Amino acid sequence: MSGFLKLLARNRLALAGGVVMALVVLLALVTPLLPLADPDVTNTGARFQRPFSEGALLGTDHLGRDLLSRLLWGTRLSLAVGFAAAIAAASIGAAVGIISGFYGGRTDNLIMRGVDMLMAFPYILLALAIVAALGPGLLNALIAVAAVNMPFFARNIRGITVGLAHREFIDAARLSGLSNTRIILSEILPNVIPVIVIAMSTTIGWMILETAGLSFLGLGSQPPQADLGSMLGEARSALITNPHTSVVPGLIILIIVMSINLLGDGVRDALDPRLKSGALSRPMAATRVDRKGPVPESAGQGLLEVQELQTQFHVKDRVYRAVGGVSLHVKPGECLGLIGESGSGKSVTALSVMGLVASPPGVIAGGAVRYEGEDLIGASYGRLRDMRGRNVAYIFQDPLATLHPLYRVGDQLIEAIRAHRPIGQKDGRARALELLKSVRIPNPEKRLSDYPHELSGGMRQRIGIAIALANEPDVIIADEPTTALDVTVQAQILALLDDLRRERGLAIVFITHDFGVVAQLCDRVAVMYAGRIVEEGPTKAILDTPLHPYTARLMACVPELGTGKRRLEAIPGLPPVVDRLPQGCAFAERCTRARPDCRATEIDLHRAGMRAVRCIHPEAPLQEAAE
Amino acid sequence: MTGYILKRLLSAIPVLLGITVIVFAIMALIPGDPATAILGSYATPENVEKLNRDLGLDKPLVQQYFIWLGNMLGGDFGTSFSLNRPVLDEVVERFGATLVLAGTAFVLCSIFGIVAGVISAANQYGWADKSITFAVLLGISIPSFFLGMMMILIFAVKLRWFPVSGMWPIYGDRDLCALIQHLTLPAIALAVVATGVIARLSRSAMLEVLRQDFIRTARAKGVHERGVIWRHALKAAMVSIIPVLGIQAGFVLSGAVYIEIVFQWPGVGRMLVDAILKRDILLVQGGVVLVAACYVLFNIAVDVAQSLLDPRIKT
Repeated sequence: MSGFLKLLARNRLALAGGVVMALVVLLALVTPLLPLADPDVTNTGARFQRPFSEGALLGTDHLGRDLLSRLLWGTRLSLAVGFAAAIAAASIGAAVGIISGFYGGRTDNLIMRGVDMLMAFPYILLALAIVAALGPGLLNALIAVAAVNMPFFARNIRGITVGLAHREFIDAARLSGLSNTRIILSEILPNVIPVIVIAMSTTIGWMILETAGLSFLGLGSQPPQADLGSMLGEARSALITNPHTSVVPGLIILIIVMSINLLGDGVRDALDPRLKSGALSRPMAATRVDRKGPVPESAGQGLLEVQELQTQFHVKDRVYRAVGGVSLHVKPGECLGLIGESGSGKSVTALSVMGLVASPPGVIAGGAVRYEGEDLIGASYGRLRDMRGRNVAYIFQDPLATLHPLYRVGDQLIEAIRAHRPIGQKDGRARALELLKSVRIPNPEKRLSDYPHELSGGMRQRIGIAIALANEPDVIIADEPTTALDVTVQAQILALLDDLRRERGLAIVFITHDFGVVAQLCDRVAVMYAGRIVEEGPTKAILDTPLHPYTARLMACVPELGTGKRRLEAIPGLPPVVDRLPQGCAFAERCTRARPDCRATEIDLHRAGMRAVRCIHPEAPLQEAAE
Repeated sequence: MTGYILKRLLSAIPVLLGITVIVFAIMALIPGDPATAILGSYATPENVEKLNRDLGLDKPLVQQYFIWLGNMLGGDFGTSFSLNRPVLDEVVERFGATLVLAGTAFVLCSIFGIVAGVISAANQYGWADKSITFAVLLGISIPSFFLGMMMILIFAVKLRWFPVSGMWPIYGDRDLCALIQHLTLPAIALAVVATGVIARLSRSAMLEVLRQDFIRTARAKGVHERGVIWRHALKAAMVSIIPVLGIQAGFVLSGAVYIEIVFQWPGVGRMLVDAILKRDILLVQGGVVLVAACYVLFNIAVDVAQSLLDPRIKT
């Protein structure tokens, strides 16, 4: 509870709303004690006095009644009726919802049908019908507002109760012989109260508005008694001649409802952090760049060069170093494999190239990415956008999530082309057809007008590849493109990528956690662990003699086809959390070869010939392996 | 698609029947004798009894309901005693005026609400987001009848840009230009609350969508940020915005009652309030049933729009 209040207090707007609300409530409570004129005594001699006139701070109304007094008494009445309506709606609605959700079956069906019927009305029609039947009056208006809002609570609470009714602790309570009433009161109710509070805090302002509205229409409080709504209603006829009689009560309603809404939003955020607006932040068009330190000079290696790249995630006051100084390069026609466990930073490295790391929280904090020598990290958004898809294209994992669900695949393909070339719809279609053929999609004409959910996983991945090929890029970054697919389809996709590379001289960066895939496709491999490259070299050499113990363990995870004997070895332990990297080798905790000096100092990536390793006690000497 | 529309229309029948049951049940709650209410306290007992017989009020409730329902299905909603006119004619005429007002307000709040929500989400935490969020808070907190009165005061009385009230000029042509002049203030006053709600929801729907993987795909293709926001993200966000538009249509229709009173708009809401104050029960019944039925049909149209947008919905 104190945690909740603290959270609420931290939200400055909610706090302001709470303070204003408290003041208004306090004022309403002490109204009978204040030395005010009688709100209902008429004095036609002093009608329509202006505010700040003698004896009437806010002036008088059309019958000469003191406005300040009427306002305070009216506020008191409006608040009382609004709160009463909210409490009535919440408790009846909650009771209906709990009964419906707890008993289920026919009871549930019958009740929810009724609730749906009530919700089929525009709310005011129902309220008007109720007031028409019961007759105008404040109590009847209260009943109408409560009845109109009850279904909202019933439906919400039912949803929560249905979820709770099948949980283990309810079953346990049943088995221990508790009666249904006891279970509802002691197990269900405490769990739905936060939901009731949230629903109330977000609707109470609305209910005050509704009761004021019915009074405004003359269907609520009846003269001489007045709430804020009926004050406005009475003042309407003098709106043009004496606007102050309308402005004052209207403003008070606005202030009350606004402060309740602010407070309500705060309560909702504090009780249900998932709904908190700040928790949902949208990624910007390009990753934020905040480079400290010098930009590395181009080494002139290959078409795409990643140099000392550092990408971090800034979450509150923590810094997760997802990529901690990675250098890579790839030449035309070459396929580089980037391998590591989940969370090793491979995808973040790949996405950093075109500024596609979600930001916030992503920040590129150092290093460079060079395409034909041009530094892309410092490039403008316009330049990056121009290169995305045209020079460097991506193929993503899980194409059901990465293709737009509501556009036809043909249109998504054509859009990829048109993002970089002005091309007519007809030419675009022809080109899209050509692309589908090139990724060997059978019956391409028909497929163009399919939606992603109508295709199989393998077909969707081919669409993803076709989109990547749309502008004949020089580099393709494939981020685990085959992980979601079954083995035969995986083999087809790999063969397709291999052919494309040979035919078009594509440079491919292939990200995977599977050495089997690397062996089929890649010329060179870089192994990543905890945001760093731990080993690099030609695929064949690494497969023959892995140097880093991590590489060796990773290779042992792959079953070999045909042997069927070797035990699959999982690597014990988990990769370190990248906001608190240990001193020295990050793998030491899980390494069977680790010695004290492994944890002593930073370990550099040692190079010899084509090979490199970040280990001082490798599986085999680096120099030997390099020869 | 035709099959789907037909199916939805059929599923509306129980809802419509339910509405008539609820309205009838509420009216059956009326304390006292309706005939006395109609004839006034000076009526002789013979007259009261005769009227009760004429109105069928001496029969059992269930039978009364079916007679009432049967009459309505035959287009007979009874005669309003206060207006001395068939209820159906009156309601249809008044509902036309309400549709002009509420329809305009609905278009306004849909467009401005969605646009504001998208701009707010696309510039999250920026000044545009902050000012829109504040305006939205103000919009959903202000009573529409108060807003309407202030608009009359400022734009009609002080600045004289628009007429003070009514749907048509008292003298002069009833042309489109005159209608727009009369419509502007009430339509805006009516649209404000719904605009706020829609903007709020659109913003959170957009924020939800913008984190999805397919947005990253669009960016990776090199689609311009404008296209990413207004085509890719908005289209996907519409899936959760459209149902809210359906709900807000009900709120706009409801809010029209206040606005019609404030601006003396000759709509069905004002008619209903007058009818309640005059205890003209048949007029209230007929008006509520007809408007609620239209709203149910409108919500079917919303469902159909949703299925047109989202191919994953089985039609």
